[in-house]
Amino acid sequence: MPLLDVEGLSVEYRTTQGSVQAVRGVSLSVEAGGSLGLVGESGCGKSTLARALIRVLPRNARITGGAVRLEGTDLLSLTEEEMNQYRWRKIAVVPQAAMDSLDPVHRVGNQMVETLRLRGGLTAVAARARAERLFQLVGLESRRLEHYPHEFSGGMKQRAVIAMALALDPSLLIADEPVTALDVIVQRQVLATLRQLRAELTLSLILITHDISVVAHLCQDVAVMYAGRVVERGTVRRVFAAPQHPYTMGLRNAFPSLRLHQMRLVPIEGYPPDLVAPPRGCAFAPRCPFVIAKCWDEDPPLVATESGHMAACHRANEAAVLSAGAPEAFARLERLAEEGPIRATGSGGLR
Amino acid sequence: MSAPLVEVQNLEKHYPLRAGFLASLAGERRVVHAVNGVSFSLPEGHSLGLAGESGCGKTTTGKLILGLLHPTAGTVRFEGQDVAQLAGAGLLAYRRQAQMVFQNPYEALNPRFTILRSLLEPLLIHKIGRDPVERVGLVADALRQVHLNPPEQFFLKYPHQLSGGQLQRTVIARALLVEPRLLIADEPVSMLDVSVRAGVLNLMREITSERRLTTVYISHDLALLRYMCDETAVMYLGTICEIGPTEEIIDHPHHPYTQALVAAVPDPDPDHMEQLVEIADTVPTPFELPVGCPFQDRCPKVMSICREERPPLLHVGPGHRVACHLYTTDRPHAPAPGLAATGPSGAHP
Amino acid sequence: MNESRPLSTVLVQYPRATAAWRAALAATWSIARRDRFALTGLIIYAVFLVVALAAPLVAPYPPQELTYLSNGDVDANAPMSRTHLLGTTNLGRDIFSQLLYGARAALMVGITAALGVVILGTLVGLVSGYYGGWVDTAIMRLADVAFGIPFLPMAIVLVAFLGPSIWNVVLVMTLLLWRDTGRVIRSQVLTLRERAYVEAARLLGASHFRIMFVHIAPNVLPLSFLYGSLAIGWAILTEASISFLGFGDPNVISWGSMLQDAYNSQALARQAFNWFVPPGITIMLTVMAGFFISRGYEELLFPRMRRR
Repeated sequence: MPLLDVEGLSVEYRTTQGSVQAVRGVSLSVEAGGSLGLVGESGCGKSTLARALIRVLPRNARITGGAVRLEGTDLLSLTEEEMNQYRWRKIAVVPQAAMDSLDPVHRVGNQMVETLRLRGGLTAVAARARAERLFQLVGLESRRLEHYPHEFSGGMKQRAVIAMALALDPSLLIADEPVTALDVIVQRQVLATLRQLRAELTLSLILITHDISVVAHLCQDVAVMYAGRVVERGTVRRVFAAPQHPYTMGLRNAFPSLRLHQMRLVPIEGYPPDLVAPPRGCAFAPRCPFVIAKCWDEDPPLVATESGHMAACHRANEAAVLSAGAPEAFARLERLAEEGPIRATGSGGLR
Repeated sequence: MSAPLVEVQNLEKHYPLRAGFLASLAGERRVVHAVNGVSFSLPEGHSLGLAGESGCGKTTTGKLILGLLHPTAGTVRFEGQDVAQLAGAGLLAYRRQAQMVFQNPYEALNPRFTILRSLLEPLLIHKIGRDPVERVGLVADALRQVHLNPPEQFFLKYPHQLSGGQLQRTVIARALLVEPRLLIADEPVSMLDVSVRAGVLNLMREITSERRLTTVYISHDLALLRYMCDETAVMYLGTICEIGPTEEIIDHPHHPYTQALVAAVPDPDPDHMEQLVEIADTVPTPFELPVGCPFQDRCPKVMSICREERPPLLHVGPGHRVACHLYTTDRPHAPAPGLAATGPSGAHP
Repeated sequence: MNESRPLSTVLVQYPRATAAWRAALAATWSIARRDRFALTGLIIYAVFLVVALAAPLVAPYPPQELTYLSNGDVDANAPMSRTHLLGTTNLGRDIFSQLLYGARAALMVGITAALGVVILGTLVGLVSGYYGGWVDTAIMRLADVAFGIPFLPMAIVLVAFLGPSIWNVVLVMTLLLWRDTGRVIRSQVLTLRERAYVEAARLLGASHFRIMFVHIAPNVLPLSFLYGSLAIGWAILTEASISFLGFGDPNVISWGSMLQDAYNSQALARQAFNWFVPPGITIMLTVMAGFFISRGYEELLFPRMRRR
């Protein structure tokens, strides 16, 4: 049984413009000790999903369906009090920009000890010892417990925040954009820390990011999100070597890579759809160079094309051929876009 | 050979900090050495990348070139003219020659101005165009150039109604309206979504080649610089530690910092996991600069001379210079691990 | 929503497209529409404005005119009736008419003083915040002086010195009340000065003057408007205080002078509520309106992140 099993989760926000369907029927799972990368651009729903998993959504958000099973228990069916037993103890989250939310007027060590005593019920002495151990785990010297946040570098702050998240020994850690704001060398160090933690603590990890290279580096599995849905899922190796969804194919060519020596980057033209009125068919259709008539009418379900690899595309069985022609196909759209906006009614498609 | 368009010599920018009361009594003065001796030249049509992590002085260097800041020492010359000496009409003329693309597209446009109004601003300031009709026409042309079509659709919009990519294109259009010869791009895509970056980068490549613009790209992303720049200078704590053709720097990095930087860039291909070059994680402070090489506290190959003398920038290859004692003339060249040397990779020979 | 327009249509809309202050006003108006308090405040002001403009048409009697009874006596201290809606003063003047005409004085003073305060305060704030350095220090020390002076006594002294004309009252208020607006606008400018678009304007070659008045000013205008609306209320209150104390313009009927008259003729002892309560209420309403508007514009004072 997987450690975490999310099935058909849907979340909506009530806004002045209407109800935004931020997450639309997302299913994914994480094995014990596994690591899942959740990749997508801003607005695709990944942060909302993370918050929904531990039920800390803002007041105007509602979970409208689905189940979140942690070791068999559906977290969505728990009362707030019961849920509190799970937060920090079984699942911990390092939210986006967590390192900026360290209280600047308290020493970092005290902030950790406070958490440990309040949440873990430890005595002051035990909490202190645990704080030191946690700092060691993330590669920070224990003397740093006496320091204030401003004396830490970005990377150190991030590691301190990760240490805090691990305070009560959770089995699952969700990290939302943990390295985005960091310089590349420090980024690498934080990622190394995470990898080490996974090994030492048999920690399961969900890593949320827009940067696919970070996922490639750290995670075994990946789920690609677009417009509130998971459009592709599988092991990192397979998804990156042989993507089956056009969006994933497009992402590969849109990234400048140090090693691939790309002659030309190709953007994915167009914009994600407005989720107040999600489209009837595939949400990626207006931007997809391989769109066919069926894509506008029917939203493709996430189906397995081979063991462990799933994609939500009507043409997934042609993926190999399409993938080879993807750079050229997206480039054609790029040229078209230069002459006028791609309209949602679909001059974006090519047969 | 014609003179370079831009020439930077021994540029320095220091910010004095107010020391504590007792410290100032003792005559101590703390100084932030944001830029600490930078030199390079840009021939017309050339593209230079300034690489490095935050705090290395690359943005400050860019602003010094544009004349937005005055150097503490050293000079920036544009067509032979010292930029820091410009004032009045001369400075206004320089503003037509050198422009910038900003890092944050969401803040680079006045939120109370429509797009049309924002783009008219350079025309109005420099009195370009004889009447409103001509000016609006120029704005329309500029929007078309940055692929915001049809331009009229954008005239009456406000910045909050546009996406990040559209905003950045508008910023580029605004910079182009004065027909500059030098364009400095400060992290132009770091705040944009990943699938949008390629479009903006391609646009800049297209425009700079069409207009033979001289460009400086400031970025911490080496992969981006490889895509955009002929030459790259890697900066650390206000100095250039390595400079040369971008391909060369990335494939054969010589300076230990460059090596660490190159090795640290994560790769979208999971089969290529470079060995991390371990460097210490001390917080570099640009104001407690040690004597000698600025990288000494983090360098895995530090030697005693590094703590005494600052290494000069010396050639290690055609157009390729490094500031490191490992390569000073009386020493044999230390082996430089690079991409070409490691395992199975897709690199071309 | 996004139709493409031919160039000619756009040119016709050129002024609209290019006036940044229009955007500022539009933004100001939209905030007002959304908040009940701000809207109430604006409505109150609007009502008084209408009353002030329409006073000559609506008032049953000229405010200074003594009214007589059929037997030739002055109709003094008459109670509320159909001919005198709010009764008469001790000199037989119709109170209701005085109230209506009082609105004119109130608004005249309120609006001109508010304009003066806002313009002076905004100018000072812009210059001080933008230039910083010794200019800022000098101006802020001046502001400190202005803060230190007790307002009403100083106003009385100045009016006594310059003469009890209503315009002197306005002048005095402008000279002493610019400091609040000035300080707030200055802090706003200090923030805006660091924004990328200001740096961009500088890089495009805009002069300091241009940056201050074309680029930064539209962004502080909503705040100026806010302080202006507060200032109207305060100005009216101040004028009323000065008149009540007897230093106001004797030739102008204002709510304050009505209160003074009432006080001087022992209206309180005689329990002539019809005389002193109405002007008290109208003064209270205008000051309240100012506060309502400011409450509605709290968003401007404490902005929340409004990133799309």
